[in-house]
Amino acid sequence: MSLVGTVKSETTKQFSTSTWWILAIVLVVYVASTAAALGFFFAASSTGALPGDAPQLPGDTLPPLLYSLATAMGYVFPLLIGTLMVTTEIRHQTLTPTFLATPQRSRVLGAKLIVGAGLGVLYGIVGIASSVGPSAAMLALQGVETQLGDTDTWAMLGRMIVAFVLWVFIGIAVGALVRNQIVAVVGVLVFTQFIEPIARTLVTFIEGAADVVRFLPGAASDALVGASLFNAEALTGGGGGNPLEWWAGGLVLLAVAAVLLVLAYLFSWRRDVA
Amino acid sequence: MPDGQTLEFSGLTKRFGPLTAVDRFTARVEPGLVTGFLGPNGAGKTTTMRMLLGLVRATDGSATVGGTPYAQLRHPLQSVGAALEASSFHPGRSAAAHLTALAQASDVPIRRVDETLALVGLSDAAGRKVGGYSLGMRQRLGLAAALLGDPGVLVLDEPTNGLDPEGIRWMRDLLRALAREGRTVFVSSHLLSEVQQTVDSLLVIARGRLVFQGTIDELVDPTEYATVVDAPDRAGLTAALTAAGVSAEVLRAGLRVDAADPADIGRIAASAGIALSLLQRQGPSLEQVFLQLADGTRVHASAFGGESAAGAESAPPVEPTQEGDAR
Repeated sequence: MSLVGTVKSETTKQFSTSTWWILAIVLVVYVASTAAALGFFFAASSTGALPGDAPQLPGDTLPPLLYSLATAMGYVFPLLIGTLMVTTEIRHQTLTPTFLATPQRSRVLGAKLIVGAGLGVLYGIVGIASSVGPSAAMLALQGVETQLGDTDTWAMLGRMIVAFVLWVFIGIAVGALVRNQIVAVVGVLVFTQFIEPIARTLVTFIEGAADVVRFLPGAASDALVGASLFNAEALTGGGGGNPLEWWAGGLVLLAVAAVLLVLAYLFSWRRDVA
Repeated sequence: MPDGQTLEFSGLTKRFGPLTAVDRFTARVEPGLVTGFLGPNGAGKTTTMRMLLGLVRATDGSATVGGTPYAQLRHPLQSVGAALEASSFHPGRSAAAHLTALAQASDVPIRRVDETLALVGLSDAAGRKVGGYSLGMRQRLGLAAALLGDPGVLVLDEPTNGLDPEGIRWMRDLLRALAREGRTVFVSSHLLSEVQQTVDSLLVIARGRLVFQGTIDELVDPTEYATVVDAPDRAGLTAALTAAGVSAEVLRAGLRVDAADPADIGRIAASAGIALSLLQRQGPSLEQVFLQLADGTRVHASAFGGESAAGAESAPPVEPTQEGDAR
């Protein structure tokens, strides 16, 4: 009986169903196609190749914008991975054998966080490859500097991995709190794909709302990464407000994860398994 | 193999809001025996088992394995193997992967995965997704999970559900063999007939309370049995019985002697030289006794719930039925 064994067990569970590779494929297709399309148009725009009076984007802002698509758009994937780590166990009643083998429930949750961190790194690398690969190719093809030699770029990619890990943690907490798999998945999709993007867009028109909205997890995540389509002043005319410092964004995301995890442990994880 | 441990329930109580699912349940389950845990659906069997296994938190009282609460066992799967319901599997995961994850979590050697799958006859299906399994196969997989750590205690909730007759016989033989090895085997059912031939000892629970604890033989009080006897020479038989000091009640089909052993009555008749046309033991069927225990019309002294045994004094209305064959 040890944490090592519980971590091994959680890893086996994670990779013995098809969820992990299906989500990875969807992540790659979603992020890579968007990165390729946006990469093509942004690069064309910055070189003035687009017909008509299309605004000319400054080429040096493009690589961070495109590369950060993996988090700006793709953060729903680590969030879903984390959520499913818990809700599938509840849905298929496998919490019973899990807790029979490891009655120390905090250890099971700890093992899920450790495995979740590994998954965050894994999906982070997959997501970054999907955003950087196609968009850098598009930039390079049209002669725009890819900035792949800059340490700033690589530091940003590193922060994206951190964001992925934190999103898995938030997902685990959300899964444990919501419990019902369908409600949790739909809730995650609605929040990440509609509510927060709309809130962050509308904020442009409301005085002072930016100070609140920048603490939303998606905005904090973008702040941690340091670049995002949503914060791009070139595109929205300064719409995203002024984001938090990257470290402050990271701390906000970490705090969200920590608070949700504590609530999940107290009010859900210790409940009767019937 | 770890030794069988005694399971001890002491004042175990579970309330869900206003509903008391398990009410001051106190009992012991001994090693080396198959102990049946019987009760109608909704009587509290599953909740009791889940409290024993630390899955459901008791409102009051305790349940221990060899004196230790389940959650504090050093090696839970090596001490207690449990199969609770046949649905605790991810349908998209193979049986082998399911057991591997359990083995890793509890430091059970991985080779046990193949061993237990072979033991329950699932070797050929080990790599298939559980979603394609029949109910009987899931029961077997549940049993494999229970046996994974080679535990001294087995806790099985309705393990024969969904098994075909051959599977039921296989399960019975296995449970008996496990108990013979000295393990504690605690198995629930809502059908007496299902466990009747398997169990050495019986706990009956109804409406959350223990209503009987003992062996099957103790289920029916010997005084509840009667002997029905008849002879072509009924007058001679009556005289012989009266001479032997046995009082008989005249029925349409013979004479009914309360609380008598058919062998005694036969001996009385034989020594009087009377040929019998009927000699039969009558008593309540076990199933009837079980149903009466379950609905509260019968109260057994073994369930020492004296403080709350309402209506315990009223004699149970026992309808005689044929039990056993004519001797």
